[in-house]
Formats: sequence, structure tokens, C-alpha cells
Amino acid sequence: MSLLIVNILDGLVTGLLLFMLCSGLTLIFSMMGVLNFAHASFYMLGAYFAYQISLITGFWLGLIVAPIAVGVIGALIERYGLRRVHKYGHVPELIFTFGLALLIEEVVQFFWGRSQLPYNIPEALDFAAFSIAGNSFPAYKVFMIFIAVGIFITLLYILTKTRIGMTIQAALSYPETVQNLGHNVPLVFMGVFGVGTAMAGLAGVIAGPILGTFPGMAVLLGSIVFVTIVIGGLGSLWGALVASLLIGWIQTFAATYNVRMEDILTSVGFTKPEPVWDSAWQDLWTLTLPQIGPILPYLLMVIVLVFRPQGLFGKRES
Amino acid sequence: MSTSSNSPLTAGTTRLVNLNSVLPWVIAAVALILLPQLFGSRSALTIINQMAITIVFALSYNMLLGQGGMLSFGHAVYMGLGGFFSMHVMNMVEGGLWLPLPLLPIFGGLFGMFFAFLIGSFSTRRAGTVFAMISLGVGELVAACSVIIVIFFGGEEGVSGDRTMGPEVFGWDFGSHEQVYYLTIFWLLIAALGMFLYSRTPIGRIANAVRDNEERAEFLGYSQRNVRWMSFIASGFFAGIAGALFAINYEILTEENLNLATSGTILLVTFLGGVGFFVGPIVGAIVFTLLQTVLGLYTELWGLYLGILFLATVMFFPFGLTGLIAMHIAPWKMGKIGHLVVPYAMLFFPAVLAILSGAAFMEILFHIREAGVGDSEMSLYGITFDSHAIWPMATAIVVFVVSVFIINRLSARVKAAWDEATHTGRAGS
Amino acid sequence: MSAPAIELRNLEKSFGLAKIIQGVNLSIEKGERHAIIGPNGAGKSTLFNLITGKYTPTAGQVLMHGEDVSGMKPFQINRKGLSRSFQITNIFHNMTVFENVRCGLLWSMGYKYSFWHMINGQKALTEKADEIIEQINLTSRRNMVAGALAYAEQRALEIGITIAGGADIIMLDEPCAGMSHSETELIVDLIRKVTEGKTLIIVEHDMGVIFDLADKISVLVYGEIIESDTPEAVRASVAVKEAYLGTTLEDA
Repeated sequence: MSLLIVNILDGLVTGLLLFMLCSGLTLIFSMMGVLNFAHASFYMLGAYFAYQISLITGFWLGLIVAPIAVGVIGALIERYGLRRVHKYGHVPELIFTFGLALLIEEVVQFFWGRSQLPYNIPEALDFAAFSIAGNSFPAYKVFMIFIAVGIFITLLYILTKTRIGMTIQAALSYPETVQNLGHNVPLVFMGVFGVGTAMAGLAGVIAGPILGTFPGMAVLLGSIVFVTIVIGGLGSLWGALVASLLIGWIQTFAATYNVRMEDILTSVGFTKPEPVWDSAWQDLWTLTLPQIGPILPYLLMVIVLVFRPQGLFGKRES
Repeated sequence: MSTSSNSPLTAGTTRLVNLNSVLPWVIAAVALILLPQLFGSRSALTIINQMAITIVFALSYNMLLGQGGMLSFGHAVYMGLGGFFSMHVMNMVEGGLWLPLPLLPIFGGLFGMFFAFLIGSFSTRRAGTVFAMISLGVGELVAACSVIIVIFFGGEEGVSGDRTMGPEVFGWDFGSHEQVYYLTIFWLLIAALGMFLYSRTPIGRIANAVRDNEERAEFLGYSQRNVRWMSFIASGFFAGIAGALFAINYEILTEENLNLATSGTILLVTFLGGVGFFVGPIVGAIVFTLLQTVLGLYTELWGLYLGILFLATVMFFPFGLTGLIAMHIAPWKMGKIGHLVVPYAMLFFPAVLAILSGAAFMEILFHIREAGVGDSEMSLYGITFDSHAIWPMATAIVVFVVSVFIINRLSARVKAAWDEATHTGRAGS
Repeated sequence: MSAPAIELRNLEKSFGLAKIIQGVNLSIEKGERHAIIGPNGAGKSTLFNLITGKYTPTAGQVLMHGEDVSGMKPFQINRKGLSRSFQITNIFHNMTVFENVRCGLLWSMGYKYSFWHMINGQKALTEKADEIIEQINLTSRRNMVAGALAYAEQRALEIGITIAGGADIIMLDEPCAGMSHSETELIVDLIRKVTEGKTLIIVEHDMGVIFDLADKISVLVYGEIIESDTPEAVRASVAVKEAYLGTTLEDA
């Protein structure tokens, strides 16, 4: 039971982290029609910048400066790169952001090398917040939850209570109308791209110490992020939230509970062939839940798409 | 939903080579047959074989991207699955199955096609971004499965085999590199011709129509989904052939043949070559393989340069290398190509200098960071110097800035010459 | 007595809360030239999109030759012999005029998803396409890229693609929109020529064109058909005059 609670909290951390990326991605997609393939690369940049800053000033300044720096870079890339490609249509834009992802990874390796950086949890947060029956829960994760929920509430406030938020909301509901409108407000595009990438950067700043700061971190999370928004329904903010949490929990639980196919098969009445590696079904017999954990999001995506092509919360195109 | 006609993905009314006639095919075949006389070394043949495999793979990729408007981030799956299956068939041959090696690619193709049929059934319902994301997800799924389904993918070591165990064909057992070369180019020609002819069939044409305007095509009696699905299946077939050729050449397949990096590379290759042309992927595969082989020898920063090259292509030359060449057909035909010779020649040296000095800047920086303590000697372009000294870095920066400045000054002149050279025609972009 | 070419039964379509088409009943006989008119925003295009399968009706039915086709996909409806043009020119801009028309012919000439025919070698197909290009007076433009044609030529090509498949019900959505007077006359002649013996359903703002072409006119106002009759009767109708505030019809 206590393990369950810890897992729920752990899954929540992963899910909220995913959502910090997915929400920015969704906002950019809804406004501009561009799926930013390099989104996770900005997340990575956030972690690297924060590490660099933390060397000089410690963790806390990086928490503020790194996301801003990432956002500024994002806005500049939109202004001088993406906008140039815009006239060719969405597929070349997607190819552009794909190239950008490649380049950012190379640049990161160029400056910081290939190995993992010692970017660590700040000492002030390096203790167990509480423990349930021997399972301790780190304070840093509580901090992550607070940051993510804080971002979520701020986003919600901006979207529902401010003028610019109304425009963005309209973009979510009537993408075409505002897309047409959008041609006259490139500044809004730049702003949304900047804010979206800054949010990804912030996610990187707070995730870096836990998930590791290394050149592969973008690719590792990137594919999951795209799968998440496809499951949630492209362009749906609520879909992104639900799918993020869902995947966060699925991955956490799959990693914790060592359900073995062998046990299931034996309990249904099959006998295990001996030795198992001579059997054609060896892979089925040796399958465990932690082993297939990483592929569950992709499987979920395929299943969702087969039964509901527009995603969980996506609108059906007429 | 009509797309503007200047999209790099929907070009294709211009041609670089007229492949409708028999001549270019015969020339290609003769050249390929004679090639080992010129470059007979083992390493040269290996590189050419690698090129041939990349060409088949890139052409099959362009059946999706260029001809069908489908951007895939998971095309390696079909090549990889075709390859793995071929590998298993090869091992069955070792176990006694009678199958001459030259027929193996058919099996790879059919297997790739079968999976394209399965996955295409749900992934081709939508085009554009949704298709791209699904292809990415499926790609990651299959790549991740490779460590789970060990019996088929062989886990981390992959699956390997021996190509020489089959029955001999005209006395060939395909042990030598030359024999494998002929087998590879035989299939290269067959696959390229097959894909070219496919683009000239009703379904090939309708695939273009759906790419350009899916709504219109629906009102002409065609289900856009089925059209995309068919293109996807055909593309899976040829990708599977490429996979089988890989299996024959390298006798091993691993997770690397399925993953996102491989899928991304083929997008890069195809786009660099030029998506809107049938020969684009061929040009891309040749240039890419050469660059990779040559630059890979000299620099560790090859990936960085490739990333810059790719982004520059997307931003400034979205029609790719082939597009760049094809742009000059109109001035050539009008006899005005002469207008461009002088400005291009003037541009040549500053451009080369800019590239070399820019690269030098990166290399020096990289050397300063990577080299061990006390090891500050590096050599570049045949010059040996101290990477920590000021002057090499300063030289690189000054040369770079000056040559970029000159290029900038010359660009107006080049543009004027270009306008002059294309004056009466409507060509160019 | 055969079933009408198109019959709409209590057809409704809502987008969210907005009910754009509110229970339309309409019957269009075979061989009839039927015009649908109405003020802007009356739902004419929506009605078109409902009949052709682009939208699925919220309620009610669309019958084609007595067969219920509501909810079918555009390509299925097209295969049953209905073809349409678009208000905003909808052609294949990157293909030549010839290729455009050929695309319109492929399905109906039985090529379907064929990958075993070489398209350029199909003599009958080429001849038929050239015949249609001749009909729409674009022979001199045959090998030009469609995107490079003049606007009026693109509109003619659009009609060419629409009729190419030999559908017996032709639906034209504002074929004369944005055309000059002389161009309009040419296009009207063209429409008359190519829809000979077929059922024609047309939406058009130019009343001259409507009264010139149509055997019957339906007036759509706020998603309802308030009048469906011969041109003379419609011209005389009080309800129609009220709906149009007496302006447009007077001009005609």
C-alpha cells in the first residue's frame, strides 16, 4: 500500500514533467501548426545551461536564468530559421526542426562532451521529505511537483484570464481562423515559440539532476513526448495532461512491479519448457513487466490510434 | 487543402535526367559493370556497395516523402525487418533450404512489404504531422522490441549468418567482394527501375495527386487513405530489398538497423539529394556516402558539420543538390549559362575559404577542449601548430569574417547575373 | 417513374450549437438543371458538402438514385456517379493540364489502384483526356503546369476535371465566381455543353447565370428551403423577395 503511494507520487513527477514539455509543444502546434521536433532538445539545453550556471552561482540562479536563455534562443530560431521555412509548408517545417534537433545534440556534444555531467540536486533539497513505511520520498521531487503545478496554474491563469491567453485559446478551438490571423502577428508566434521552449528549458533544469544530464537525454524523452501528444490528441491541452499523467504512471508502475510472464503462463496451466532457450517461445516465457515498460507508451499509442485515430481528446476532422 | 507550388516536396514537373528513355539506364548499367575495373580495391567496392544499398533505401524513402508527401521518421523499420528476415532465410539455407543467394532480396522485400501492410493500415489514415508522429512511435516500438524479441532480433548481438552456404550460381559462391558487388548492383538496377516504373503507373500518379491535394483526389473517386497505404506497401517492399542487400553485404543485422538514427539519416540523405526529383535520392546517397567516408576519416566533428549542412539545405536550398543543378537547366538551354561563369568563379574562393576557416575555428576550439593537458599540438590542412596559441584561432576568425564579408558583397552581383541568365524563362525558384 | 437523381430527406447539419442546415427536403429529378441560391451564409456550401460526402449529416438522409448515401465518403459517392467542383479553385497545381484531366479519368476508366499499367502507354486514356481538353478549350495549354494558367482557364480546367469521370450528376459550386462578364458567358456555354443530358446542381451568385441555365431554382435561407420552383415562379415569389430584401433579384 505504502509502495503504491510512493509509486503514484513518482508517476506524478514523471507525468508532470512530461506535461511541461507537452504543453509547450501543444501550444506551439496549435498556434503555428508546427510540431517542434526539437522540443526535447530545448529541454536538454535547459539542463546544460543550468549546469553551467550552477558551476558559478549554484542551482537557484540557473533555475531562473537557464529557461529564459533557452526561451530567447527558441525565439531567435523561430525568427531567423523557422520563419524562413514557413512558406514551404508544414512538412518542411517539421524537417527543419528535425535537423535542429540533430544540430543541437551535436552542439551540446561539442561544448560539453559525450559523457554525463555532474549536475546534482541542490543541497538545500537533498533530503527525504517524508517516508512511508520505509519508502522515503525525496524533497527534490516534492519541489518538482510544486514547480510543475505552479507552471500549470500560471499557464491556466494566462490562458483563461488574460487577453493574450484569449487569443491563444481561440487558436486552440479554431486553429484555422487564428492561423490566418497569425500571419499578421508574427510576434505572437515568436512569443509562443519562446515561451514554449522556455517551459521545455525549465523542465530540463529541474529534471537534469534526476534523470541525468547527457547528450542522449533529448532523444530519450523526445520520442515519448511526441507519443504522448499523439495519444492525447494533437492540439489538445487537456489531452496532453491526461496522456502525460497516464504515461507517467504506466512507466513508473511497470518499472516497479516485477510481473513475470512465466508466473502468468504457469498459473494458467502451461508448463515451462526446459531449457527455455531452446523453445520458440523463449521470449514470451522470459518476459517481465519492467522489461516491456519502456515500450508500453508506444504500444498504447498504436492501440489508441487503431481504435480512436484522432487521439483521446482530439477533435475529429470533418 | 492545396499547397503552394513552391513547396520543395511537390516539385517534380522538372526533370534532371529523362529516365523515360532506355539510354540513361543502359549507361548506368554499363558504368556499374565496368566500375570494378577502375576501382577494384576491396575498400572501394565496399563503399560502392554501401552507396548502392543507401540508394535503394533512399529511393524507397522518397516514394513516401517525395511522391506521396508522407514524412516518415521510422522507415528504417522496413529495411531492418527485411534485413533480419533475410538473415534468417540465409541461416535456413545454411540449414539445408535450397535457395540461390541472388533470390534472397525478394524475401526481404516481401517481409518489409508485409509489415508495411500491417502498420500502414492505421498509420496512413492521415498524412502530414500525424503520419510523421505515428511513424516515429512505431519506429521506436520496433527498435525497442529488438531487445525483447530475442528469437527474431538476436538481442544485443543481433543476427548474423554466412552468405556463401547457398547453391552456387554459375560457379559463384559470393565469397568474394566482387561477386557481391555484382549481385548488389544487379538488385540496385532492378529496384531503381521498378521504383521508376511504379511512379509512371496510375497508382504512382494518383499518389502525386493525393500528395498535392488529397481532397480533390477523393472527389475523383480515390480514397486518399488507400492511395497512401499502397504507396506505403510498395515503399516497404523496396526498403526490404535494401535490407536484404545489407544482410548479404555485412552478414549481420543489429538494433542499429532499426533505430531512429538510421531512419533520420535516410531522411537527411534524401533531402540533401532533393526530394522533388526521382534522381534526387540517388545523388543524395552518393554524395552522403562519399562525405561520410572522407570527412569521417579527418574529423570527429563530422556530425556537427552534417547538421549544419542539413539545416542550411532546408533553409536555403530546399530543393536539394539535384534542385540546385536542375535550376541551371533553363539558363543552359537558353545558352545563357555563360553569364554565370564569372560570378560563380569569383564566389568560389571566398566560399571555400569561409568553409575551411569556419571548420578550422571549430576544430581548434574542439582541440583545446578535448586534447589532454600539455598536448597542444594539432595539425590541420597540413599545417602543424599550437592550438592554444592565439594566432591560429585569430587567423581562422579573420579569414572567416573577411570571406563572409566578400561573399556578402558578391551576392548582389551573383543575383543580378542569375536574373540575367534566367531572364526570358520562368525557371528558377 | 425512376427515383430522383438526388433526394434530401429532413437533412440537418449542426456545427457545435449552430444549426446550419435545418431540415431540408429537396428532390432533384434526373436530367434537371437545378440551381440553389440564397444570401451569404445561408448554408449553400454546407448543403453541397453534405450531398458530396465531405460532411456527415447530423440527421436526415441523402439519397442518390433512391439509394441512401448519407455518411458515405466522398470517393464512394463519386464512384456512384456524382462529381463536383469547388468554389475556390481546387486543381492539381503542380501537374500539367493534361495530367489534371487524366487524374479525373483514371478511376472511371477502370485503372483504379493499378500498378501494372504504364500510364503513358494507355492510348484510350490519352485520347479521352485530349478530347476533354478540347471540350474545355485548353488544347493550346495542354502541357502547361496548371498553377501557371490564367484564372479563367483554371476554372475551366476545374470543370474539365469534374466532368472527366463521366459522372451523371454534376455539382458546380460557384463556377463563375470572380470572373469578368465575357469570361462568364464562355463558362456558361461550356457548362451547358458538357452537362448535356446530365443532372446539374449549381450554386451561383450571378443571377444572370442562374436564370440562363436553370430549369428549377431552390432558395435557401438560414438553412431552410423557402421556395423550390421554376425560375418564373421564384422570380414572382413574395417570400423570396423578402428574403433578399428585393435587391438581388431586381438586378437580374
